[in-house]
Amino acid sequence: MNSDIERLYREVMKDHYTNPRNKGLMGYKESSHKFNPSCGDDITIEANIENGVLKNVCHSGQGCLICCSSASVMCEVLEGKTIEEASELIRVFFEMLMGSLSDADLTKYEDALEEAFVYQGVSKYPARIKCAALPWKALEEVVLNHK
Amino acid sequence: MENKIDIQNIKGEFDIFKNHPTLCYMDSGATSLKPRCVLDKMNEYYNMYGVNIHRGVYELSFKASNEFDIARSKVAKFINAKENEVVFTKNVSEALNEICLMLVDDLKEDDIVLTTELEHHSSVLPWIHASKKKNFKVDYIELDENNRITFDNFKKALKENTKVLAITLVSNVLGYVTDIKPIIEECKKRGIITIVDGAQAVQHFKIDVKEIDMDFFAFSGHKMFGPTGVGVMYGKEKYLKQLDPVYYGGDMMDTASKEEILLKDTPHRYEVGTPAIAEVIGLGEAIDFIERIGFINIQKKENELRDYLFNEIKKVDGLTIYNLGTDSPILCFNINYCHPHDAITMYDEDEICLRAGHHCAELLSKHLKVNGTLRASLSIYNTKDDIDRFVKKTKYIVDFFKDFF
Repeated sequence: MNSDIERLYREVMKDHYTNPRNKGLMGYKESSHKFNPSCGDDITIEANIENGVLKNVCHSGQGCLICCSSASVMCEVLEGKTIEEASELIRVFFEMLMGSLSDADLTKYEDALEEAFVYQGVSKYPARIKCAALPWKALEEVVLNHK
Repeated sequence: MENKIDIQNIKGEFDIFKNHPTLCYMDSGATSLKPRCVLDKMNEYYNMYGVNIHRGVYELSFKASNEFDIARSKVAKFINAKENEVVFTKNVSEALNEICLMLVDDLKEDDIVLTTELEHHSSVLPWIHASKKKNFKVDYIELDENNRITFDNFKKALKENTKVLAITLVSNVLGYVTDIKPIIEECKKRGIITIVDGAQAVQHFKIDVKEIDMDFFAFSGHKMFGPTGVGVMYGKEKYLKQLDPVYYGGDMMDTASKEEILLKDTPHRYEVGTPAIAEVIGLGEAIDFIERIGFINIQKKENELRDYLFNEIKKVDGLTIYNLGTDSPILCFNINYCHPHDAITMYDEDEICLRAGHHCAELLSKHLKVNGTLRASLSIYNTKDDIDRFVKKTKYIVDFFKDFF
C-alpha cells in the first residue's frame, strides 16, 4: 500500500523532520508564537527583516510531522524573499491547503513554492490542514506586524 | 418492553454501518454510535406529536409532556433515583458546572475541594476557575504507580477543611474504575459533599445511586447510545429541594413579580426554557435499548473485546501502553517516535477511527509527561475483526515511522 499520505510523508516531510533547516531561535527581534491546543503543535517563528527582505527566518517548537516539517520547508522557501513576495506565497500556500487554488494558479506557483508545493496533498486531509498552516500563520503575523 | 436484542448481531441495529460497511469505529469514549430505535423514537416525536411540553393543554401537548415525563421516569429507574432527583441538562459538562456553581457560594477561604489528575476537564476546571475567585484550595489525590485512585491515597489527601470531593467513576483516558463506595462512605462520615462524574460509566455497568450514595452524579446521553444535547444531573432530593438554580426564566417558577420569584419544586426549577424534548425522549429509548441487551451481556462482550485487544496489541513492538490491566474496553497508548496526530491520519486511511491528544484530560497528560496519547475505546458493536485490522495497521505504522529514524 502506498497511499497519498504516505507519499506525502516520504517525499519531503521525512527529510525536513529528521534534518530540519533553520531550526533553533537566533534572537531576531520580530517573532510570533502559535499554538494548537487540540493537538499540542507549538511553533515559534523569528525573522530578521532588512530593507523589506526576509534575510533570515528560523523556527523552534514541537508537534506532529506535518507541522514541524512545514516550518522547516517554509524557512527554506521564504528566506531571501521580499515581504511582498513572501506575503503572496503565504496566501497562495493557504489557498492551496484549502484546495481553493485554481489549476492555472497551481501551475503558476509550483516553481515559486518549491518543496512547499508538496503540501498540496494535505488538502485531502481536512483535519491536518491546520498542522501544515500553523508555522505559515506565525510568519504571516510577523510580516503583517512589520508593515 | 420490546423483545430482547441479541448482542452478537448488534451491528444490524446501527444504520451507520449500512452507510459505512467497513467502518472500524474505536472512538466510543468520545461518543457512541446511535441505534435505529433511538433515531426512530426522536423522529416519531417530531412527526407525530412535535409540540412543546408542560404548556399547552391540547392533546398533542399532553402526549409530548407525557413522553417527556416517561423518559425522566426511565432515567430515574435506570440509576435507582427518584424522579425529582433527575434534572435534564445539555450534557455532563453542563451538569458538573451547574453543581459547582450551586455549591460554590457555601465555600469559604481555605476550604478544600478534593479531586484527581484523572479527571475530565468538566469535572475539575469549574473548581479550578472558582477557586481563583474565592480563594479556596483545590487538592489532588495522589495517583498510585499505575495512575489509579486508591482509597489509601484518598485518605492521605483528606484534611480537616476538605468540603467537596469531585471524582471520576471511570477515567475517560485510562478506563480505570474507581473503587468509589469506601471513598463515599468516608466522605459521609466527614460531611464532605460528593460529586461523581459518570460519563464513562453508565454505558458499561449498572449504576445504583442509592447504593453508592453519592450526593451528586452526572452523565451524558450521547455516550450511552442516546442523542447529543441531553445530559443528566442527579442530586439527592435534600440538596435539590433547596439549592438556588444557576439559570432563571421560563417554565422554572410558579409565580414571578418585581419583588419575588417563587421557584417550582425540583427538578423543574433547574430546567429553564424549552428543553431538548426529542433528545430527552431519545435518551429514554436508549435506556430501553440497553435494558433489552442487558448489562450482563454488555459487560461480557466488552470484557472479551478488551482482553482480546490487549492480548493482541501487547505482541506489537514499538509501543508504549499506559493502562495495562484496565477495567474498561479502552486502550491508551503511543507509537514510539510518532506524534499521535500523524498516527491518526494513517489509521484514518483505513477507516479506523481513534482519538488523539489530551482527551479533555490535560492534567493527566502532564502527569504522564506526554504531549498527548492515542486512545482506542470500544463498544458493543466492535468485533474481533475490528481489533485485528487495528493491530495490523498499528504494526504497519510502527514500521513506517521506524524507517524515519
